[in-house]
Amino acid sequence: MGLFTELRDSVSRVTNRLFSEDEQKRIGIYGPPNAGKTTLANRIARDWTGDAVGPESHVPHETRRARRKENVDIERNGKSVSIDIVDTPGVTTKVDYEEFLDYDIDEEDAVRRSREATEGVAEAMHWLREDVDGVIYVLDSTEDPFTQVNTMLVGIIESQDLPVLIFANKIDLDGSNVQQIANAFPQHETVELSALEGDNMDEVYDMIAEYFG
Amino acid sequence: MPEVKDPSDGVQIDLISGERMEGMTGMEKIRMILDGVREGNIVILEQGLTPDEESKLIEVTMTEITPADPEDFNGIEIETYPRGETDAGLFSRLMGKDESSKLTVIGPANQIETLHKDETLISALVSRK
Repeated sequence: MGLFTELRDSVSRVTNRLFSEDEQKRIGIYGPPNAGKTTLANRIARDWTGDAVGPESHVPHETRRARRKENVDIERNGKSVSIDIVDTPGVTTKVDYEEFLDYDIDEEDAVRRSREATEGVAEAMHWLREDVDGVIYVLDSTEDPFTQVNTMLVGIIESQDLPVLIFANKIDLDGSNVQQIANAFPQHETVELSALEGDNMDEVYDMIAEYFG
Repeated sequence: MPEVKDPSDGVQIDLISGERMEGMTGMEKIRMILDGVREGNIVILEQGLTPDEESKLIEVTMTEITPADPEDFNGIEIETYPRGETDAGLFSRLMGKDESSKLTVIGPANQIETLHKDETLISALVSRK
């Protein structure tokens, strides 16, 4: 093979890798602890692959490692969008083992969970800087969205020029206020849903296909 | 000015000018902030951090938390005035010039509690270590 042919093939491989529309996109599911990220990841994974991603719990920091579910093929309007879902630990700036003691967890286990939670948050930040192509930012719509962690995280996501969708979760609960979330992040599209009950999932999948397809 | 005989009698507040931060690398800024906060100080930055620096601040904070002894260090509280609506262009962002004038207050989570925050006021309660 001639030098120019080799060079042309090499350039072609690089450009194909950079610009291929078929490349699997990794979509990170981010948000504060207890927003329902794993419930959402499981809902999406179960709907399109039949498998779950990880255990769900009302105890904060249940997800302490980022988990990736590969090859989730979502079909919308006759087209198929293939993504990897990355369920990440809830992001916070502080972790205190005593918050686990309220959930009937003994002190030794609480300290271990705290240590793992800190590692998980660090891991989630690393994924965000290096390894995701788009973000679903999940918020509990019964909670105040105007927190520093939310503001910082969305700012960090924007600075990476990543496409982002805001999901206002838990609309099945009393006190849910989707408009408050839309007001907090007017620069982004907000989609309401209940990942637990499966409410409004058609719109969720339409938006995922539109933003990340 | 009242005399403080023992530093543990008071809470130290470090107001750090934008000029002092200007020549520092991201990691140097983070180290300076966390060293101060871990000593129980409240650190106020005249100019905030870039999103990338904020991301690394969270990451490094997590690696320094001592879960078995939360009295020692269990993380940070951080508050910043909301970011302006101005959408900096790509060139400004590449040059790192989109984060000016973002007053930021950072303190140890086990000593600082945000009482109130709006677009023009951050009110915090600080306890001694």
